[in-house]
Amino acid sequence: MQKSLHIDPGKCTGCLQCEMACSYEHTGVINPSKSRIKVFDFEHEGRKVPYTCTQCSEAWCMQSCPVDAIVLDPATGAKVVKEATCVGCKVCTISCPFGTINYMADVGKVQKCDLCGGDPECAKACPTGAITYIDADWTGLDRMRAWAAKANTAAAA
Amino acid sequence: MSWNRKILRVNLTAGTCTPEPLNMEWANDYLGSRGLGTKYLTEEIDPKVDPLSPENKMIMATGPLTGTMASTGGRYTVITKGPLTGAIACSNSGGFFGAELKFAGWDMIIFEGKSPKPVYLYVENDKAELRDASHLWGTTCWHTEETIKSELQDPLVRVSSIGRSGENQVLFSCIVNDLHRAAGRSGVGAVMGSKNLKAVALRGTKGVSGVKDFPAFLAAANAAKQVLKDNAVTGQGLPKYGTQVLMNVINEVGALPTRNHRDVQFEEAGKISAEAMHEKRPTDGKAHLITNAACFGCTIACGRISQLDKGHFTVQNKPEYWGASGGLEYESAWSLGASNGVGDLEALQYANMLCNEDGFDPITFGATVSAVMELYELGILTKEQIGIEAPFGSAKALAYLAEITAQGIGFGKEVGLGSKRLTAKYGRPDLSMSVKGLEFPAYDGRGIQGIGLNYATSNRGACHVRGYTVASEVLGIPVKTDPLATEGKPGLVKAFQDATTIFDSAGVCLFTSFAWSVADVQPQVQAACEGDWSMEKMAVVGERIWNMERQFNLAAGFTAKDDNLPPRLTTEPAKTGPAKGRVNELAKMLPEYYEVRGWTAEGVPTAETLARLGL
Repeated sequence: MQKSLHIDPGKCTGCLQCEMACSYEHTGVINPSKSRIKVFDFEHEGRKVPYTCTQCSEAWCMQSCPVDAIVLDPATGAKVVKEATCVGCKVCTISCPFGTINYMADVGKVQKCDLCGGDPECAKACPTGAITYIDADWTGLDRMRAWAAKANTAAAA
Repeated sequence: MSWNRKILRVNLTAGTCTPEPLNMEWANDYLGSRGLGTKYLTEEIDPKVDPLSPENKMIMATGPLTGTMASTGGRYTVITKGPLTGAIACSNSGGFFGAELKFAGWDMIIFEGKSPKPVYLYVENDKAELRDASHLWGTTCWHTEETIKSELQDPLVRVSSIGRSGENQVLFSCIVNDLHRAAGRSGVGAVMGSKNLKAVALRGTKGVSGVKDFPAFLAAANAAKQVLKDNAVTGQGLPKYGTQVLMNVINEVGALPTRNHRDVQFEEAGKISAEAMHEKRPTDGKAHLITNAACFGCTIACGRISQLDKGHFTVQNKPEYWGASGGLEYESAWSLGASNGVGDLEALQYANMLCNEDGFDPITFGATVSAVMELYELGILTKEQIGIEAPFGSAKALAYLAEITAQGIGFGKEVGLGSKRLTAKYGRPDLSMSVKGLEFPAYDGRGIQGIGLNYATSNRGACHVRGYTVASEVLGIPVKTDPLATEGKPGLVKAFQDATTIFDSAGVCLFTSFAWSVADVQPQVQAACEGDWSMEKMAVVGERIWNMERQFNLAAGFTAKDDNLPPRLTTEPAKTGPAKGRVNELAKMLPEYYEVRGWTAEGVPTAETLARLGL
């Protein structure tokens, strides 16, 4: 079964454990500035929103890469940057409508979420369940259940 | 080791920023943050120095767990000699600033001297420079943070700053970071203002790489997070209700100081409680509380984010206060509310927002207003002097005084002195509810005996976060003791005081200690740091830090006479509740406290004690 990262901003407290876990997994250093998932704090509204790559099927970044450095991992559905191939031209950063692929000046390459090979650290580190890793075909299941609960029908005899 | 091994020395007089190696020997003896920063301060300044002179120094220090994945591992401490008390001042803050300092490659910043003109420190990894802040001077913390981010075109910068309160050297000014987290008590913001230092802006992209044993550290951190999750207080109570969960509890215990400690129970406690913050207002149908929020790395998330009723008298036609903002915690709800007899939740939040916006301590501010209200009711202060009628219970007076304090407008200048100086000026020093010049927090020492002893002996004056015996005396953590008993309290106070230094020095939040003991912090420190960090060593280090602070205060001129409580606490019995008829029996507990500390009858550590602790 393919899985998807699923984000429920309503549960996010803004602790940044996800950013720390992501950066540690990919760089061996606890360093939110290298995280591929970012938490945005809309402080005057009291809202916090974790945001990362949705792994588009027809990924703009993958389509636009002139050297085919972004490839599909068929096991996870992740679009993965092959660092050895990436030339740092940044065209993908322009193509992505969501801004979730970014250039790293210190290495001269781009980076994006790769789902940690199918076991995303951000989801494991999230203390509130705001980030989960669930059946890719049923990301709407929780919302459906919530609406179903509102149907307010009598229990079957 | 999870240290960068590098500190930044900023000489404001000369305008220089100089890197230095961290003294690793001291890090090994004093752990970090509170302990290590205090070691530096005591080595570098004369304890008799005027706190607001260029000769005083101000240190911003991280702990070994700051910036790591340890839960709550984002704290930093400001250490200096405090202007409100003249004692060691050591205030720690959450938010995101502390971790950013670590990520930029520094463990600590030492500020010395005084800048000839307003400046702010900008740090981008190795680069550190002082920049002109004349355009920021005269503005609030919120404006300063927003302006710096906008000018640098960098929303990821983390800022700590002072507002107009610190500039004007209001003696209980804070240093505010991330809009509504603060190094709150003892007036550290006034020291920053005296140095013409408006703000510190950080951007760090290096991260924390030096954790000694990463796999062991992550295992220890995860185990400790599970302890927080499984605990009813840290796993459920604090996220849902925040520290405000205590309002009704402490009121029932009969230890909620009310109307400047005239009473120990507040008849309107329910209206300013955590539960009230969840209720929908009849006026606009919205709840006061919007959500909870976490500081860096915190898996508890006790922070409150609130929104005022736009129609409330305090904010009518003031849209700048209509957005979501840092909300009331137990201490601020008490100090602004019960302590003044004010049961108007919206008015308390308005005053709280002004405290955050302009950087002044709501505890000391609220308690000073309480003294003003009592002086008004006694006819010693008049409406003409204050500028408004100020009886207990007046939300209008509270809001008015909050508006004039930071800028020192009219009577605000006198409020800015704190209750000790203000009451002395009007001939009633007995009405200042303070120890060593620092006002009491939200627990009455008559209804909770041990906390009274802790207040009397705390190294920064009356303070609950130096030895929170309430945990044991009320909540039964780690074991229940009778709040009205004095037996065993000296030992209990010492144990809490020494353990607290470990939490503060490691770089984690003291609120973890509702669930954690030192035994939960220890494996995280041991995995993060080189050398021996056994429980035995932790015990010695904790006691060492406490005694080092005590030595500083003694050298600054404090004596056993200052280990005292205001006469109201020791001579006026509680009028209602379980503690009815009781006073705090400090005289009974203090000699034994000195004894268990290994101090003389005059409260001075003996030569044996100092030798045992390596001081």
